[in-house]
Amino acid sequence: MSWQKKILRVNLTEGSCTAEPLNMQWAADYLGQRGLGSKYLVEEVDPKVDPLSPDNKLIFATGPLTGTASSTSARYSVITKGALTGAIACSNSGGYFGAELKFAGWDMIIFEGKAPKPVYLYINDDHAELIPADEIWGKSVWDTDKILHAKHQDPQLKISAIGKAGEEGVMYACIVNDLHRAAGRSGVGTVMGSKNLKAVAVRGTKGVSVKDPMRFMQTVMEKKKILAENPVTGQGLPTYGTQVLMNVINEVGALPTKNASVVQFDGASKISGEAMHEPRASDGKANLVTNQACFGCTIACGRVARIDKEHYTVKNRPEYWGASGGLEYENAWSLGADCGVDDLEALTFANFICNEQGYDPITFGATLAAAMELYEMGVITDEDTGGVKLNFGSAEALTTMAEQVGKGEGFGMILGLGSKRLCEKYGHPELSMSVKGQEFPAYDPRGIQGMGLTYATSNRGACHLRSYTVASEILGIPEKTDPLVTEGKAGLVKAFQDATAAVDSSGLCVFTTFAWTLEDFYPQIDAACEGEWTLERLAQTGERIWNMERQFNMAAGFTAKDDTLPKRLLTEPASSGPAAGKVNGLDKMLPEYYELRGWSKEGVPTPDTLRSLGLS
Amino acid sequence: MQRSLYISPDKCTGCLQCEMACSFEHEGNFNPAKSRIKVFTFHTEGRFVPYTCTQCDEAWCKSACPTEAITLDAATGAKMVNDGLCVGCKVCTIACPFGTINYNTTTGKVMKCDLCGGDPACAKACPTQAITYIDAEGTGYDKMRTWASRTDTQTAAQA
Ligand code: SF4
Ligand code: SF4
Repeated sequence: MSWQKKILRVNLTEGSCTAEPLNMQWAADYLGQRGLGSKYLVEEVDPKVDPLSPDNKLIFATGPLTGTASSTSARYSVITKGALTGAIACSNSGGYFGAELKFAGWDMIIFEGKAPKPVYLYINDDHAELIPADEIWGKSVWDTDKILHAKHQDPQLKISAIGKAGEEGVMYACIVNDLHRAAGRSGVGTVMGSKNLKAVAVRGTKGVSVKDPMRFMQTVMEKKKILAENPVTGQGLPTYGTQVLMNVINEVGALPTKNASVVQFDGASKISGEAMHEPRASDGKANLVTNQACFGCTIACGRVARIDKEHYTVKNRPEYWGASGGLEYENAWSLGADCGVDDLEALTFANFICNEQGYDPITFGATLAAAMELYEMGVITDEDTGGVKLNFGSAEALTTMAEQVGKGEGFGMILGLGSKRLCEKYGHPELSMSVKGQEFPAYDPRGIQGMGLTYATSNRGACHLRSYTVASEILGIPEKTDPLVTEGKAGLVKAFQDATAAVDSSGLCVFTTFAWTLEDFYPQIDAACEGEWTLERLAQTGERIWNMERQFNMAAGFTAKDDTLPKRLLTEPASSGPAAGKVNGLDKMLPEYYELRGWSKEGVPTPDTLRSLGLS
Repeated sequence: MQRSLYISPDKCTGCLQCEMACSFEHEGNFNPAKSRIKVFTFHTEGRFVPYTCTQCDEAWCKSACPTEAITLDAATGAKMVNDGLCVGCKVCTIACPFGTINYNTTTGKVMKCDLCGGDPACAKACPTQAITYIDAEGTGYDKMRTWASRTDTQTAAQA
């Protein structure tokens, strides 16, 4: 119940699609989605594998609550060894695709090998087949979506695809479903491209059942009410999306600006959620058209935006005049503040291109920001950029480079490497704002200390979604802690990491945790899934998943030395705002964190810890 | 009082909680493919439009049915499909001008909105009140109120 108990194994080398029963023991121990997909990866893939070799696998995994009436039941994750990082990667997406896969009767798809020629996977309930991708290879995500809908004559078909970026080997290509929802980070789309797999198109009509339908519906009603009544999930997110944070984070002096050289951005209010609601001077219309929900979601944080037709980016280009996915906070930060650009329409355009061609706006923006710093230092020259002036604050530089990355042209090829490889190439590795090869997002750890430990210890490279201590340190959820101190943050980070790992394995969205705790999750899981699901069991499942991911990374060659931050955050104090004079105190948090985790001083899980989690 | 489903597309976010509630009510599981209410997305306009049977008084589906499988529920005004009588000929799906009665390949019968016996599951599940179940004679009152509030009584009095 709730799990479909069936997975699809697709051998791309041989061109075969085979149904297999889901390993229910693993489902009981790892729940679904992130946890269960990672368990399959860990069992089946050598941690030392080259991420782009056919021996790496690519797993699309839903959770047991995906496709049920639980609020935010849209989610699926893509699990693989990340192209950008070489670490375990798990990128989570909403939209409608994940639920449709579940309705077709599948918990998971495992892709292995590499197709001799480009293909896509077509699923119609039990029927699954690989089809030559001749008419879509080389096309954008948006064109692929259009062509496959027309070809299969099925408007209900849900499509997840890579764009040109994934084909061209941009190291941070993502997988985009439903036109603008993405499994965004760590280069999961790059792995998909390396397998010659262009898209997955799915139609499902079988539905999802739960263990105890009446109790489940009752519980779901109560939990939906909590989301509706909470000020963040009931009002802030539907009205402003995650962009509700732009002005808040700028004020607390934790908005990394111009490659994190400073922590506040003068133009923040111009690119904020509030600004998206303001009528434009040019045409009197707001950038924001409406909010949109993912499947099953009663929060509806998604942004749908439209670019001013007269803006230089889209003038005489009607293909970009329609509404599409608008700016989320992380993207507005990376494309905007981090590059010093305050032109909302230009950011929206760059964001459209990221969706259209399928690459991660966080890593792209942060890589461009690093390149801009190198350009202003004179290390990168006009000769490198083909004459484009890469100055901080230049909207033209941003939108030109966004198009070049999307098409794999010019200096876009270099930007497509990601900041770590780019900065190494130009002899300044210290200017890459990354951990384990992945750029950190929109929270400066000098102003929000817990985020330093979050980035340093995240199993997929720097990321805000592994333990969002911003909730506590800035928003006071579930309890307010002081963002400027390191005391207590080790415990906070561990608790958030474990809880988030459980949430990411359920099929629901982590944004519910602004209002819900695991106390609200376990009754929904217990009413839906076989077995007895208690708070303790769920929390332990999260901790088990975290340690399993850690073991994979250690076996892949990562050590405690990689649990660190870019030098800038540790040695260059914040220059303004409440955090002025502060650096991140990682050294004060990390030893305590290892101890709380039951890991050795070298950051290795001890045999006792592994045994207690059933991992030895 | 007879009530009607009243739909305000401008409030809809496209979450499909209504489709899940509908399939749960009628099929016992979550399966939008078997929902009697459908939400259409007009992507480039950023619009989501829920659509279902409006329960016509002189219902085309009912008139077209050769086996009299479609009957009126006098209490709710719903046109009901009697599965025992339906032979799956689909003539009603051709007759309905709005397309809101459809064939179900699993059962071999047609399916349509039956107002859940007077307590529609979709309206209860909708988080934005894009679907409400209100007095059949006053479905226009909300819009009337909005326009009424814009009436400039001062100018009217002076005129
Ligand atoms: S909260 Fe936002 S991201 Fe999460 S499921 Fe809802 S609309 Fe999607
Ligand atoms: S439940 Fe309401 S908001 Fe959600 S899709 Fe249906 S009508 Fe729209």
